[in-house]
Amino acid sequence: MSNKILTKKALIPGQTSMLVLDCPQIAKKAKPGNFVILRIHEKGERIPLTIADTDKEAGTITIVYLVVGKSSALLETLNEGDTILDVCGPLGKPTHIEKSGTVICVGGGTGIAAMHHIAKGHHLAGNHVVAIVGARSKNMLLFCTELGFFCPELLIATDDGSSGHKGFVTDLLRERLEQDKDVAEVVAIGPVPMMEAVAKVTEPFGVKTTVSLNSIMVDGVGMCGACRCSVGGETKFACVDGPEFDGHEVDFNELKMRLTQYKEQEDLSMQMFRSCNCHGE
Amino acid sequence: MVNKQNFTPTRTPMPEQPADVRNKNFSEVALGYSKEEAMAEAARCLQCKKPLCQKGCPVEIDIKSFIKHLADGDIPSAYRVIKETNALPAVCGRVCPQESQCEGSCILGKKYEPVAIGRLERFVADSFDSDSACEMITGHTACSLPNDQFKVACIGSGPSSLTVAGYLAARGVPVTVYEALHEVGGVLIYGIPEFRLPKSIVAREVGALWSKGVTFQPNYVGGKTVTVEDLFEDGFDAVFIGVGAGLPWFLNIPGENLVGVYSANEYLTRINLGRAYDFPNHDTPAPKAKNVAVIGGGNVAMDAARTALRLGAENVYITYRRTQDEMPARLEELHHAIEEGVQLELLTSPIAINGDENSHVKSMTLQVMELGEPDDSGRRRPVAVEGKTKELEVDMVVLAVGTGANPVLLEATPGLDLNKWGYIVTDAETGETSIPNVYAGGDIAGGSATVISAMGAGRRAAKTIAEKLGV
Repeated sequence: MSNKILTKKALIPGQTSMLVLDCPQIAKKAKPGNFVILRIHEKGERIPLTIADTDKEAGTITIVYLVVGKSSALLETLNEGDTILDVCGPLGKPTHIEKSGTVICVGGGTGIAAMHHIAKGHHLAGNHVVAIVGARSKNMLLFCTELGFFCPELLIATDDGSSGHKGFVTDLLRERLEQDKDVAEVVAIGPVPMMEAVAKVTEPFGVKTTVSLNSIMVDGVGMCGACRCSVGGETKFACVDGPEFDGHEVDFNELKMRLTQYKEQEDLSMQMFRSCNCHGE
Repeated sequence: MVNKQNFTPTRTPMPEQPADVRNKNFSEVALGYSKEEAMAEAARCLQCKKPLCQKGCPVEIDIKSFIKHLADGDIPSAYRVIKETNALPAVCGRVCPQESQCEGSCILGKKYEPVAIGRLERFVADSFDSDSACEMITGHTACSLPNDQFKVACIGSGPSSLTVAGYLAARGVPVTVYEALHEVGGVLIYGIPEFRLPKSIVAREVGALWSKGVTFQPNYVGGKTVTVEDLFEDGFDAVFIGVGAGLPWFLNIPGENLVGVYSANEYLTRINLGRAYDFPNHDTPAPKAKNVAVIGGGNVAMDAARTALRLGAENVYITYRRTQDEMPARLEELHHAIEEGVQLELLTSPIAINGDENSHVKSMTLQVMELGEPDDSGRRRPVAVEGKTKELEVDMVVLAVGTGANPVLLEATPGLDLNKWGYIVTDAETGETSIPNVYAGGDIAGGSATVISAMGAGRRAAKTIAEKLGV
């Protein structure tokens, strides 16, 4: 696999970009819900990123990332024509998709990208897909045009009210669920507090709720348990048993705590990267 | 007959880094023989008429012949003999438990110390790099012309697959090895630390296989990126599954998901594959701690404990539910660990890991044990001393309590028979699975064992494949 960056598009300049990568073997196999693990250079770490789209004929996969630390900042320095050293996938269990009626897909921040691939899968399976997307501000919304192509309903929430509802996606979700008693499933992908809030909203309605967990991963193939999480009181590995689980059964507090374990080292790594601007070489 | 003039009852010692130096670095502990030392040790071999050592070796190295060449100072011939049956001699010479294999069978060992076969194999292998390895075997710079009418695939690139690849490549069959991780070698890369097996050594042996016509495809996950079915569709004649037993076991005790609790697989993968010992020059962060408990008594526990010391931990404890005598780790590894400062907490079994207000590990509650009657395996069974527990203050816990079969490939391979533990059922003689022309070997076919037993299984399967293909 060449792993060459064929297209790079800044979605939120300096913060979130979309890359189209030449990975024919992964494109051939990938399904909504799958992710890849990539390593940018010889001294790089392995990081998980959801596959936001695939084009099987062109042999490409699309990934979207938010610059949060050293590795994503380094990724942001790459351009079209550059190559990512290692791209491994497709990993994880694909989203369970069947024709079930109305499915509400909730996406927050960069999670909208992952949500987009799953929403597309539900649409292709014949479901009525309601997309609810949220961001801090209008210019931080992603994939609205693309979602508009196949979602008969597209609801938007922004923290500052610059587009759609002023407030959270959960407000829109509650409203939508109150109007419609026949929602088959709610899918939520985004920051952990958002997914937790979505699960809280859906619980009294008794609607099946699926969340995609973003735990820390190393290998991504089930050999280490770095990504383990508690679901329904049992330990699961997000990389092979998930990443999608029943939102009403996930221990979100444990997940939040485990996500902070390398905070100190992550800050140090980022600081060094910013100060030398040497791309980690 | 013993050559009385040359005979020394004890083996030639191998130089190693002093314990108080090496426990602060990741360089190899054992430094290897010089040529003089190797020849002196080789001279101790009795050249038995019926050599028992060769039977003790799972890949059947003609041990007495290579030692004879070495004793004569003919290192190239010694190398050629070893390479005939062993694709990874520099690895085996370092990590095999020779005391229970070749050296355990050496006749000298009945009265004296056995010949240091592993150290000699290591010396011979270290005398060559990958470039000359090929020429050494065949007399040509390119090893053998691939026999293009056949092709064989291996899934997993650990010791069993590397052996299959080496055996078939030597017979001209092109082999493609698919590896899920970004670096080739399986447990040799992610599991065994640099101070026991330098990664450069593994890279050299893998390089030798490249030069023999083996192709490696990293970042291919068996069952995800590529399935067994795909491989047959692509025209492969046979598939060997050597994916190991990489699924870490946890204990299911309270507190296991606290921050600071790691499987040994995660801890070692970060340090070895991710080179986290070199953070922040390498990007993978290493867990940091002052007081570390490693649970378990095998080689993996020793590796994790010795690694934690090297990363600056003040106290590293190995907690084990039996006594030192029952530990499954190699004696040499246990001694190395103790010399370096690892402390043993024997006859204890963890019952809870306790956290602070931030969900970080702060201590471990241990049940005190005593030894009872022997169990089926002959080892005395640990029994809890009722009501007796103790607290161990630690800020990190590493679980090295074993691994099982990783289901990722198995779930994606319909028709593959598994036993009740989830391992692949194979024919003991041929290594063939319930699917025709699909073979398996190593830990995925037998549960966690040794590098060399995995290589033995690879060799048996490769022999069968070669016979069937008529090469």
